Amino acid sequence: MKSSGLRIYTIAYLIFLYAPILLLPLFAFNDSKVIAFPLSGFTTNWFVEMWADAQLRNALKNSLIVASSAAILATGLGIFAARATTRFSFPGKGPILGLVMLPLVLPEMIVAMALLIVLLAIGIPLSIFTIILGHVLICTPFAIAILSSAFQSLDQSLEEAAYDLGESPLSTFRLIILPLVMPGIISSLLISFTISLDEFIIAFFLGGSETTLSVYIFGQFRFPAKVPAIMALGTILVLLSISLLASAEFFRRRGLARSGTKNTGGFL
Amino acid sequence: MTAKPLLAPGAARASTMIEFRDVHKYYGDYHALRGITATIRAGEFFSLLGPSGCGKTTLLRTIAGFEGISSGVVLIDGKDVAAVPANKRPTNMVFQSYAIFPHLTVAENVGFGMRREGLAKEALASRVGEALEMVGLKGFGARAAHALSGGQRQRVALARALILKPKVLLLDEPLSALDKKMREQMQVELIRLQRQVGITFILVTHDQEEALVMSDRIAVMFEGEIAQLADPETLYRRPNSKKVADFIGTMNFLPATILSEAGGKIEVTAKGFGAVTLTADQAPGDAAGTGAMVGFRPETLTILFDGQTAVDRESMATIEEVVYYGDMTYYDVKLDGTETATRISMRNVFGRPVLDIGTRTRIAWSPGALVLFR
Amino acid sequence: MDLRTRWGRFRNSEAASGYLLVSPTALYAILLLAAPLGMIVLYSVFRDGYLTVIPAFTMDNYVETWSSPIYRAIMFRSLYVSMSVTLVTVLLAYPVAYFVSFHVDPSRKSLWLFLITIPFWTSYLIRVFLWKVILGYNGVINSALMSVGIIDEPLTAISYNVQAFVVTLAHAYAPFAILPIFVAMEKIDRSFLEAGQDLGESRLMTFWRVTLPLSMPGVVAATLIVFIPTIGDYVTPNLIGGGKIPMIANMIENLMLVRDDKPLGSAIAVSAMLIVTLVSLIFLFLNRRFLKGQK
Repeated sequence: MKSSGLRIYTIAYLIFLYAPILLLPLFAFNDSKVIAFPLSGFTTNWFVEMWADAQLRNALKNSLIVASSAAILATGLGIFAARATTRFSFPGKGPILGLVMLPLVLPEMIVAMALLIVLLAIGIPLSIFTIILGHVLICTPFAIAILSSAFQSLDQSLEEAAYDLGESPLSTFRLIILPLVMPGIISSLLISFTISLDEFIIAFFLGGSETTLSVYIFGQFRFPAKVPAIMALGTILVLLSISLLASAEFFRRRGLARSGTKNTGGFL
Repeated sequence: MTAKPLLAPGAARASTMIEFRDVHKYYGDYHALRGITATIRAGEFFSLLGPSGCGKTTLLRTIAGFEGISSGVVLIDGKDVAAVPANKRPTNMVFQSYAIFPHLTVAENVGFGMRREGLAKEALASRVGEALEMVGLKGFGARAAHALSGGQRQRVALARALILKPKVLLLDEPLSALDKKMREQMQVELIRLQRQVGITFILVTHDQEEALVMSDRIAVMFEGEIAQLADPETLYRRPNSKKVADFIGTMNFLPATILSEAGGKIEVTAKGFGAVTLTADQAPGDAAGTGAMVGFRPETLTILFDGQTAVDRESMATIEEVVYYGDMTYYDVKLDGTETATRISMRNVFGRPVLDIGTRTRIAWSPGALVLFR
Repeated sequence: MDLRTRWGRFRNSEAASGYLLVSPTALYAILLLAAPLGMIVLYSVFRDGYLTVIPAFTMDNYVETWSSPIYRAIMFRSLYVSMSVTLVTVLLAYPVAYFVSFHVDPSRKSLWLFLITIPFWTSYLIRVFLWKVILGYNGVINSALMSVGIIDEPLTAISYNVQAFVVTLAHAYAPFAILPIFVAMEKIDRSFLEAGQDLGESRLMTFWRVTLPLSMPGVVAATLIVFIPTIGDYVTPNLIGGGKIPMIANMIENLMLVRDDKPLGSAIAVSAMLIVTLVSLIFLFLNRRFLKGQK
């Protein structure tokens, strides 16, 4: 297959991938209430209008709370699971890991509905807390994937060496394991944060009367007048996600450099 | 530059440092160590030698405390260490992968074990400096650990272990990851270090040359048991079984029949040699069946050139194969009356020709060089 | 720690440490995932009551799910959408994966992958909405084509139908498809390809006989990764279809929350999961046959 033909195809593909997203800044600054061509001139009004909405600010606050909590909890659970599965072998390890990773292969709707039913049956009121519960469920598999890779690249002799030199298991963890796994931890936090921030289904069904950013955006869709402001919000969110992701990648690479392993490309 | 020895000479007075009493270890159903009983002396360079899977690393790790034992006793400096965890034992280990902490500098690595002693910064720095100098890495303190070569990493691992002045230094195949030149260099280094520091070194290796070069005594292990424990010369000249004889160096074997045995003397006829009288110490293995063999090393036979006479006994042989090595020539000969080839090694003397295949030669040998295997 | 007893050995063993460490995560998953899923299965065989669920065993829900033309239509529509999306996405993704794996310098590969995956990390909601905006009656495409003069009237064929779903979802899941195929291609030993060339094969033949079969596990993985989430998608039918062209997820919401028929909703959910599992097993089986065929 010719390289140049493939290259052209791939670039066209990338353009197709990015095109809709590029519309965001285009129409966020466009001085028109309608998202249509031709363009009408530059304005920053939509950003102002967007920020003026108190509901947005409330939703943003909720999103940040949910995303941070979910990131920390998912990463915490991920550390336990990743350490357990990479370091020890025990019967039933496969099924247990399978269960924990299940949300990756289940449609989100089903996870959300199942959780909702149980919460309703027990009588737990829906709130930010229940959203966090759901988000931790779906973020933990990603955390485990990233952290397993980080723990895997840890030479077991390093722990034994620290122990041999007089350290306790706890101080070994603190002085040797944690620093070497830290880039993975940070990466996991960032990824989980991003996933939670963008997540809609669980936030929508398990939030009760509380809104997160995605739920707020969804609610705005039925008002045509609000669309340009949504474009403005979308632009900012996209930039935020991209920078979060770039940082996660940066830390991942730095982690590899520090421990001297090779870069194989992505947290695949 | 004279480096101070870390341990004052004569500090280790007890003659036994490590003792194993009928040590067994099971991994589930797998019997990894089968009744190990041995002692290792203070201040000696001791090797555990054997093929992969023989249990030598497992045994080393039971000394370090990384593996427990299923039954028996392990004593370090007279004390039963069953209840002592690895981080409290007076031993330190150099791992096969060196296990240098990649996120720390060389100095931080070397000083890692000193953290608990709470030394002042200058005192610590000076101890670290001494340790680095002792292993030949003076001035490397500020280097990042992940940027070192294999040989340098090993030295850092040594410094890191020795700075703590352990009673025993354990080395798990420390030279296997190095290339040949580096390996030979480090062998000399390790011997020098051990003499300088004066503590017990226990080395695990599968390379018998390495063990012979460096050790005061060697325990040869097969399948979880110690086959023979002796100094290098005894192991080489008087192996107690065919297996040990085969593992260490090269040994030739020829079939033999035991005629009679009395008063410390054994009458044997061996193919290629004829009737020989051996003394009891030439048959160190267990007395069992009668399917016997005599073994002898390549350098114990000599090809006689014109004008030379045998000091002891003589036989005839035909040369089958010649391998020229520069400083040595190896001849595969068939002694009269034998069916298998025998390898003889001869130093190449200036002016002496290399013989051709097919030549008939006289071979000089001595009964004292034979080992009887039953 | 008495190593002679089984309990002593266990306590001291790896297994104990392993269980201890994994317990927080495992417990979380059991309580919040396994139990709720179990509950759904349970509800699916219970009877529906007024504002409650009656714990009496019945298969009526499944009968209704599979015999009612409405629900059947919805399930087939969902199946059609997700299969179309999967087909389109995987086909279009394959050349991209091939390009990055075989024609990009190794030092630049992760950069390309990074660029490809970025769109995925932006809000899915917003991306679906953007497609609504693009394909809509007064949307970007129509207004652009009209302002240039190519058409006089806006196209209606590009929105409020299943084809619009496919376009939207294919765009959203594109990176999902590229990555597994890429990973599989990276694993192919390049010396196989060179050996083929060395023996006089044309490049097309090498592709057909070596690269394609060896990349199949990646294709199967990509298929599953796209198929499973899309069949249960909620947002796209809701936004792009205006709520008038529901898929399984919309139906489940409707039954569970609007009509408060949790048993029926559960039955549909379980049926959806069964369809997903069945299709996945078929693909995994095919994958295994492919791998066996390699030997």
